[in-house]
Amino acid sequence: MIRRNTIPFGPQHPVLPEPIQLRLVMEDEKIIEALPAVGYVHRGLEKIAEKKDYVQDVYLAERICGICSFMHSQNYCQGIESLMNVTVPDRARYLRVVWAEVHRMHSHLLILGLLADAFGFENLFMRLWQIRELVLDIMEKTTGGRVILGVCAIGGVKRDISPDQATYILKQLDEIEHQLASVLPALVDDYSVKQRLIGVGVLSKDTAYELGAVGPVARASGVAMDLRESGYAAYGELNFKMVTDQAGDCYARTMVRIKELSTSADLVRHALAKSPAGPISTPVKGTPSGEVLARIEQPRGELNFYIKGNGTRNLERFRVRTPTFANLPPLLHMLTGCQLADVPVIAICIDPCISCTER
Amino acid sequence: MLDNVTEISMDQLAVEVWKAKQDKYRFVTMTCCDLMDAHDILYHFDKQYVLKHLRLRLPKGTALPSISTIFFAAVLVENEIKDLFGIEVTGLTIDYKGRFMLSDGAPVAPMNKAHLGIGLEIRDTTRTGTAGEAAP
Repeated sequence: MIRRNTIPFGPQHPVLPEPIQLRLVMEDEKIIEALPAVGYVHRGLEKIAEKKDYVQDVYLAERICGICSFMHSQNYCQGIESLMNVTVPDRARYLRVVWAEVHRMHSHLLILGLLADAFGFENLFMRLWQIRELVLDIMEKTTGGRVILGVCAIGGVKRDISPDQATYILKQLDEIEHQLASVLPALVDDYSVKQRLIGVGVLSKDTAYELGAVGPVARASGVAMDLRESGYAAYGELNFKMVTDQAGDCYARTMVRIKELSTSADLVRHALAKSPAGPISTPVKGTPSGEVLARIEQPRGELNFYIKGNGTRNLERFRVRTPTFANLPPLLHMLTGCQLADVPVIAICIDPCISCTER
Repeated sequence: MLDNVTEISMDQLAVEVWKAKQDKYRFVTMTCCDLMDAHDILYHFDKQYVLKHLRLRLPKGTALPSISTIFFAAVLVENEIKDLFGIEVTGLTIDYKGRFMLSDGAPVAPMNKAHLGIGLEIRDTTRTGTAGEAAP
């Protein structure tokens, strides 16, 4: 009988951008059971949010995550606007889509690069991150920030995008797609890459739904679920088409993210073309009262903010459920039965963001 | 605003959660709020972008039955609630024994209102007024 061993994978591991430990119960090279151990970067942000003014919490929400920061502030603002019955100007709704989709592109390029690094294709990692720089340039040019944008506010946005900036964005998008066309075949068609990804970390459609998977992890397993379909911000007025796959393995998750790069670029182009002229914010007075569960589609999946106001400037409760938190139970399922050598690729393929998971 | 909320008692919890599963709802998450004399436990479910919530008022000192045998996805958030609010959760399929989010020496039940916070957060920043005023 093979003796069982427990291997701690992380919290510090070359493939993990942030600290999380996976305790792997092994029989030889096969994983029998996996358990996550978190808490290495718990910051108590939900407690801090109760101590801060609800306007200050916009800045706090944006700092929950260092990758999809804009979407956190967007979701928070949408939640507060819902509680206070604030109608956001149409132009602001479109501008939010532009920055959110640019953020999605930078996030997807980041994880695709890290995935390439995880299976040892360092040149591809560097090329993908080089292209990601072009996305960051868009954010810097339009907001002054490369990741933390600070443009979302309760009642709208703080900055407009000028016609010159819009032209610049369109030019950058063309350049990004041109460069991706030359780089992505190395990820999509390469024999070695396929060997590392196809049939690895399989998650069936029913299991993905049952375990609460969200985002590209769920969509790659055939679960047609993308909150952008619900039409928040200006998505209901744009040509949004959800990307899904059926295989449910690491390759399918990668393909979903690659196709979503094009979807995001198209959404940005469409939003810039369709955005009406007019004000970008509306004055907000009063204090939030009542409770709401605000949701948006982040690069990693569904982001939930439960916000409870009590009629004062301090929130009664601000609860954050990030997509990585929802994707941990599916990750445990994917790891069970796999080989130890596949753990880095499977873990990276859920696009883990630990800091926002632990808050 | 939060629509489609059903108030339930402890006896109804397992039945209502099982019913949500039979109706093909996806478990989204749970939220716990400290009401001083009790905890407000909200269970959030989704089906085709429509949310459904179950609300359970849990008197302080009362144990909360786990729903992780019905929705395994709930096990992590139940452990988190156990850590951060000091609520005993019974029947967990994975029990981190209060060390899921917090480590040894961490504050006990830091998300309860009675816990003021640590460091600069002990400052009382509660104030009244309207948006647009300068932040403290």
